[in-house]
Amino acid sequence: MANAVGLKPEAIKAVPVRHPGRWVAAIVVGAIAAYILYTVVTAIQNDHTAQGSGWAAVGHYLFNTLIFKGILVTLELTVLAMAVGIVLGVILAVMRLSPNPVMSWVSWLYIWFFRGTPVLVQIFFWFNLNLVLKSIDIGIPFTSFWLHANTNTLIPPFMAALLGLGFNEAAYMAEIVRAGIISVEHGQTEAAQALGMNRGLVMRRIVLPQAMRVIIPPTGNETISMLKTTSLAFTASVTELFTRQQQIATATYDVLELLIVASIWYLVMTSILTVGQYYIERHFARGSLRGMPLTPFQRFRRMLFTFHAPPPAPVELPVSIPRGH
Amino acid sequence: MSVAPMVKAEAVHKSFGRLEVLQGIDLEVSAKEVLCMIGPSGSGKSTFLRCINHLEKIDAGRLSVDGELVGYQQRGDKLYELRDAEVCRKRSEIGMVFQHFNLFPHMTALDNLIEAPIRVKKESRTVAIDRGRKLLERVGLGEKVNAYPRQLSGGQQQRVAIARALAMEPKLMLFDEPTSALDPELVGEVLDVMRGLAEDGMTMVVVTHEMGFAREVSDSLVFMDGGVIVEAGNPRDVLTNPQHERTRSFLSKVL
Ligand SMILES: Nc1ncnc2c1ncn2[C@@H]1O[C@H](COP(=O)(O)OP(=O)(O)OP(=O)(O)O)[C@@H](O)[C@H]1O
Ligand SMILES: [Mg+2]
Repeated sequence: MANAVGLKPEAIKAVPVRHPGRWVAAIVVGAIAAYILYTVVTAIQNDHTAQGSGWAAVGHYLFNTLIFKGILVTLELTVLAMAVGIVLGVILAVMRLSPNPVMSWVSWLYIWFFRGTPVLVQIFFWFNLNLVLKSIDIGIPFTSFWLHANTNTLIPPFMAALLGLGFNEAAYMAEIVRAGIISVEHGQTEAAQALGMNRGLVMRRIVLPQAMRVIIPPTGNETISMLKTTSLAFTASVTELFTRQQQIATATYDVLELLIVASIWYLVMTSILTVGQYYIERHFARGSLRGMPLTPFQRFRRMLFTFHAPPPAPVELPVSIPRGH
Repeated sequence: MSVAPMVKAEAVHKSFGRLEVLQGIDLEVSAKEVLCMIGPSGSGKSTFLRCINHLEKIDAGRLSVDGELVGYQQRGDKLYELRDAEVCRKRSEIGMVFQHFNLFPHMTALDNLIEAPIRVKKESRTVAIDRGRKLLERVGLGEKVNAYPRQLSGGQQQRVAIARALAMEPKLMLFDEPTSALDPELVGEVLDVMRGLAEDGMTMVVVTHEMGFAREVSDSLVFMDGGVIVEAGNPRDVLTNPQHERTRSFLSKVL
């Protein structure tokens, strides 16, 4: 259109499309949620405890020392089990993709077994190993070099839970890492090989860093899931958060109150992990054209906006300039 | 005895399953020579190039670079496969430039250049950075040292890719259709860099569809079709006076 003086035309002002359905849905969902919340809140309120109402008991136990000790063990177990899972998972994934058939077959077998049996069974297996195996002996055959250890001292309850959770996690992580590795374009490997880089270098310096963008999001999921799965360590009498609240509940009969306390702490911890995940994802998005993943705060704002307006465009990486290629 | 040619192929055969992609390639590239390869899609040009740095294994024939067999060692009348470390060392002496650049997207331009010299040749960081900056300067990208590949245009990316290959100080450069993925106005800047390399005496094997470049820069031209070399010779002769019907019909389509 001719715009003789080169002025920008007036910005469009239009009545936005209304979405009455969204409001109806919001009211219905809100009403149901309010009713459920009300029922639970009053039930706890009417419970009689040493502290008075149920909520007073919740407040009382929330900062209990034993609960805090449990939280610490839960965190420890989560971090260690994920560390075992990630390290072993990367090794298994690389083995799985190795041209050496023995490697790839061993990896397949591991994943098949540990992904195919319940993690609870695996924790129990390590916990009860001493029933059949009194000691573990490792050494070089036909020599006098032998290491001898009592199974009970080698695998205390915490270790049993760690082995069960970590080895199981490794099987899942292996699949996640493998998906990440094969998502990296083959041309990258070729370019690196053409420069004379060996398999290890290509993997470590070129492929894995690029695979990270695919690996990180599900790994965040796994970590959050692991944080909750550590409660299974209860069965191996590890004194983590779930066991601790159970111990207190058995003594005081404030069963539901303590479950609420545990839930609050699990929620706090998973929320912190969720926030952390965003920042790690943003870190590994460097050099990419795609928009940065939104921070939790941006997501929340966006959610409010989508209620009646289209979402704002994702934030572009400050360094990226879109080009044809 | 004369100096061994930089690349020497004798009856090189290569199959993928039942598909025989190379059906006996014979050619020689002497040091400081620029050889261009043209031919229709699927004729095996890329495959041959990839055989030269052992990204593909040949099935039959002999292929050697700088007097040494590619991928094998001959002792007596027996061939022994080379160990991975040996294959890598030989590859590090041959630069390769790809149609789609294949720069490492998670590294800046300079980091792309210094990665292999530091990790493969165990060069010191300062030496590698010094050479890296000079090379980027040479391909006209002195200001783009800290740019990530995705912030660069196609032509700039390909020039970084050439500089990356040069950073290993190769004795031979392979180019696989280096300008085919570029917008027409960006082709010139890449060809200029390659022309400069040729003038400096780099030995080059170039698969290309740029007939102008082939005519002006190359010392010899090879026309491939169906896994064989149909015609080879001086580029001007082949392009203006092709002897074979297949060459003629191919050239009539691309010129
Ligand atoms: N890894 C592979 N596995 C199976 N077939 C392959 C493989 N690589 C190449 N080929 C086949 O070999 C033939 C020659 O391929 P090549 O890439 O060498 O052709 P080209 O001359 O470079 O063609 P273009 O001009 O399209 O790049 C094609 O038919 C292709 O499909
Ligand atoms: Mg090709």
